[in-house]
Amino acid sequence: MNDETRIDRVTRFLSTLNQAKALGLAPKEVGDGYLVMELPYSDKIIGNPDTGVIHGGAITTLMDTTSGSVMICALDEFELCPTLDLRVDYMRPAEPRKPVFARAETYKVTRNIIFTRCVAYQEGGEIIANCVGTFMRIGKEASPKSYRDLITGGEE
Amino acid sequence: MTSPEILKYTQQTGDFSRMLESVPYAKWIGLQCDRFGDDLIFRLPVKEENLGNPILPAIHGGVIGGFMEMSAAIYLMMSQDTLRMPRIIDFSLDYLRAGLNRETYAECHLTRQGNRVANVMITAWQKSRSQPIATARAHFLLED
Repeated sequence: MNDETRIDRVTRFLSTLNQAKALGLAPKEVGDGYLVMELPYSDKIIGNPDTGVIHGGAITTLMDTTSGSVMICALDEFELCPTLDLRVDYMRPAEPRKPVFARAETYKVTRNIIFTRCVAYQEGGEIIANCVGTFMRIGKEASPKSYRDLITGGEE
Repeated sequence: MTSPEILKYTQQTGDFSRMLESVPYAKWIGLQCDRFGDDLIFRLPVKEENLGNPILPAIHGGVIGGFMEMSAAIYLMMSQDTLRMPRIIDFSLDYLRAGLNRETYAECHLTRQGNRVANVMITAWQKSRSQPIATARAHFLLED
């Protein structure tokens, strides 16, 4: 699979997730087993109204979405992978009025489980949060064909 | 940070509306809180924008995480004398069942309170408390 296919699939997958759309999440870079996603700054996700710092929950959603989409960049065939668990460490608050990026990678893919790690950072590279996750592989048959076709553009 | 005046009002009256109104993220996902005696029950009403998986359909896992995280911070703040929101250090979340497109509830327990750090357990459920959709554990920094 080439990077163009990867970014197309990730984009289509995101377009089916209401919350991802509402946050404006967008893929920025893809490769074999990794994915970079952008969370634009917006007022609605502010957690601290005095400083404009965004809430940790939005960072969690960014990292969950990036970690939960990165398998699209690692597996040839699309399958839905529910999250088993996430562990998020918050290093520092995100600087207000700037986008946050998350870079996720699959560091181990087994028959049943996908192990991911992910960092959230801003321009300049300072790390905001770190996240490790595990995802269950329920197999491609467990996701309806119509949905798979929607993600792959029917080119399985 | 939400003003101390609002936090004081919330602690004294158990009326969370002003505080929740003051935090855009809480308002956006729709978080609600009710006090029953000393107990707090957090609520996340149905909202289309909170959905992830469109097939089930199910609430986005990140929103469930954000809801539980915010619930834990409010719970901890209410159990303290100091009028400030605690800062989250880490958050560990186990997804047990799909969070379907229905109202979600959460309750919190203070597992351990130290001088500087507190450990909070959070459970979220929908249909029945005995069938949680997610459990989480968080550490918070109480003072700088």
